[in-house]
Amino acid sequence: MSKYTEDDLREELKTKEYEYGFYTDIESDTFPNGLNEGIVRAISQKKEEPEWMTEWRLEAFRIWKDMIEPEWANVHYEKPDFQGISYYSAPNSKPKYDSLDEVDPELLATFEKLGISLDEQKKLAGVAMDVVVDSVSVATTFKKTLGEKGIIFMSISEAIKEHPELVKKYIGTVVPQKDNFYAALNSAVFSDGSFCYIPKGVKCPMELSTYFRINQAGTGQFERTLVIADEGSYVSYLEGCTAPSRDENQLHAAVVELIALDDAEIKYSTVQNWYPGNAEGKGGVYNFVTKRGLCENNAKISWTQVETGSAVTWKYPSCILKGDNSVGEFYSIAVTNNYQQADTGTKMVHLGKNTKSTIISKGISAGKSQNSYRGLVQISSRAENARNFSQCDSLLMGNECGAHTFPYIEAKNKSAKIEHEATTSKIGEDQIFYCNQRGIDTEKAIALIVNGFSKEVLNKLPMEFAVEAQKLLEISLEGSVG
Amino acid sequence: MELKEKLLSSFMVFENKVDIDTYVHDVRTDAIKTFEEKGFPSKKEEAWKYTSLNKILKEDYSVFPKQENAIEYRDVKKYFIYDIDSYKIVFIDGKYSSHLSQTTHDGMDVCLMSAALSKPKYRLVIEHYFNKAATKDSLPALNTAFSSEGAYIHIPKNKLVEKPIQIIHFSTGNESATMLQPRNLIVVEENSHVQIIERHQSLTDNSVLTNSVTEIFAKKRAIVDYYKIQNDNSNASLIDNTFLKQKQESVCSVHTFAFGGKLTRNNLNFYQEGQRIDSILKGVTILGNKQHVDHNTLVHHIEPNCESHQDYKGIFGENSTGVFNGKIIVEKEAQKTNAFQSNNNILISDKATINTKPQLEIFADDVKCSHGCTIGQLDESAMFYMRSRGIPEKEAKALLMYAFSNDVMSSVKIPELKQRITKIIANKLGVNLGFDL
Repeated sequence: MSKYTEDDLREELKTKEYEYGFYTDIESDTFPNGLNEGIVRAISQKKEEPEWMTEWRLEAFRIWKDMIEPEWANVHYEKPDFQGISYYSAPNSKPKYDSLDEVDPELLATFEKLGISLDEQKKLAGVAMDVVVDSVSVATTFKKTLGEKGIIFMSISEAIKEHPELVKKYIGTVVPQKDNFYAALNSAVFSDGSFCYIPKGVKCPMELSTYFRINQAGTGQFERTLVIADEGSYVSYLEGCTAPSRDENQLHAAVVELIALDDAEIKYSTVQNWYPGNAEGKGGVYNFVTKRGLCENNAKISWTQVETGSAVTWKYPSCILKGDNSVGEFYSIAVTNNYQQADTGTKMVHLGKNTKSTIISKGISAGKSQNSYRGLVQISSRAENARNFSQCDSLLMGNECGAHTFPYIEAKNKSAKIEHEATTSKIGEDQIFYCNQRGIDTEKAIALIVNGFSKEVLNKLPMEFAVEAQKLLEISLEGSVG
Repeated sequence: MELKEKLLSSFMVFENKVDIDTYVHDVRTDAIKTFEEKGFPSKKEEAWKYTSLNKILKEDYSVFPKQENAIEYRDVKKYFIYDIDSYKIVFIDGKYSSHLSQTTHDGMDVCLMSAALSKPKYRLVIEHYFNKAATKDSLPALNTAFSSEGAYIHIPKNKLVEKPIQIIHFSTGNESATMLQPRNLIVVEENSHVQIIERHQSLTDNSVLTNSVTEIFAKKRAIVDYYKIQNDNSNASLIDNTFLKQKQESVCSVHTFAFGGKLTRNNLNFYQEGQRIDSILKGVTILGNKQHVDHNTLVHHIEPNCESHQDYKGIFGENSTGVFNGKIIVEKEAQKTNAFQSNNNILISDKATINTKPQLEIFADDVKCSHGCTIGQLDESAMFYMRSRGIPEKEAKALLMYAFSNDVMSSVKIPELKQRITKIIANKLGVNLGFDL
């Protein structure tokens, strides 16, 4: 075998185009660019929403108008032109499908290419898919099985029509419209998303899952997800993303709200693999996401994320531990390569007594990328016996990337126990040598070491995702060792 | 009149009083412009997120001490480390006190900043070092603009300074509120070694605001040990800005003992401009009442093969607030850096607050950087062990706190200073352990 040097590896990585970059040509029903009250109304009308929802959107829009974009994150990018974006785009085929046969075959082919054939998923994985292509839900499966248990799993626009009392009660309670610039924007123009309600005492029998895709050129994607776990219930929710290759920057500003009532548990896993831009840092998705969960007494919320895509990531899945004995967890792997920038982390706000939180964050930076962990652990004065453990490890490959850690720790209660530790290192030459010596080539060795480095987080992912995530890690990092 | 306006308007008067045709004049003029532009830092700035100056800036400070005040040695003896022979540079209300001081020009300069700034023979040194390490932030700039007095220490090559140097600033409180801006310059040439102890002490309960700047230059293989004792009374506020520039193979350590004062802010900045440098930053903070201490450290690793060690311990009681903001930057060229940072805190009251932000910014890949941060309580089983053996609660607690801060105490190289600090800690905790640690 001819010698496969690091340079070869690097070259291969550079030339490796985004594997999932393709563009499906479906006739789309797209709004003109720009944002004003008229557009907000039109979106609401298009989705046949009730009056209170329209008002809610308009309120958000008015708040958004007076807000300015946040600049504190450790990322640099060209500001999106919010008037240059079309805020609504829906596949032009019939709005509802009863079975997969009715779905546009071209769309199905797209899924096939992505490796998410619905049929296969149905049979093998036992995963109910609420697939979202450009903002409208086109297929919902396993609805019947879920329906028997009383679980509501549908697109949020359907939920607004069919279960307005639930949506009205919970939407905006965890992430209010005025929370931040992007959350306000999302509240005003969100096109679709998923809604999930697990009734009292029900354990959801399968992993609920959605795939988001950005498809139409120049359309922003504004997802809104609302998951409510009623008392004593349990749900595991998966979210995964791949997007086609596009040259202009695409904006994604999603909002995810989780509500875990007394004794409930929500596990929310994300694999994010949006187009990160090419090797020169051109193009790529801007990912500005607000994710937050609220825990009542004895409730537990667990966030797991694998971030490998996007040109710019700005994302802090958080837990508000409001109830006594509630638990928050955050497991994250963030991989950046080429010119990618990620500023991600979590917030754990301890309000209740005996609350616990765990943060495990693994950052891997390669190429010319910048990877930041930014986290907040806040113990309020009423939070007796609060406990936090944080660990942030960074792995650097090459000397042109950067790893940053910005942990904020604020304790106002004497019984709080907080531990934070962070390390930064590179893949040791001795580790590579050890592997080489035993006949494992350098590339495999790196994959092995990175996998080991990320194991703590990968282990938290549901089976189906763990396999995909491992693959993603390998694709993102192949040969980028310096 | 607001303090900012007052300072700006008194600058002219000040400039006319000191000479106006030296190199330093230009530096001062630039600095006042910087300050005018930036003003006092507010909580909106990331570096001041947890510390507000608003309250202490409201006082009507007199910017220049009007008269020279004398104090008797026996009244203030306890503030000196008197049981060892040492050089002393003492200031009373910002004015040099020759009566209490003991300086030298014998083979090295341990003297006054005012002399260094005005005498021609120091001109080259001043042009080379003055304001070369301090940043352009508003508070150091303000100090630069008004810099006139402080300690000037210049140790030549291959000199081991046998006696420690004590720099003590007293404020008499003869005026209701005083603002002091001491400026220190310390240059330690190749292969030399010096130990310095710095202390700020007010003698009455009148308000004092000290905005101090210390610039330290450590040349090749120089060793500098700097100890800061901050145990002032409850109306004294201190903003300490210390900048260290280190050349290759030098070893610098700064120990900060923060026990007193109303508001204390320590901006401690290390710049490593050579290879195989070691920087050591250690601190013990024990607070009560409504005290507020903010440690803001920066270690900038610029060249390869260097090390830095940070170890800050804090114990916070009553309504006190502690802030730790430690930043380590490792530049692209600084491969093989070994940077370590640890911040441990104990909260002993429900009303105490601790905000900590250990921050890493790393651009090199072959480095070992770690930081750890904990907030916790005294070990209950250890407490039980001691109490079951007849040690009263207060003493048992104090013993545990001693043990907690011992990592820092053990690296104090002057035994007498260590004893003194032990006593201060015992005093602060209200116990008499009957032995010296």
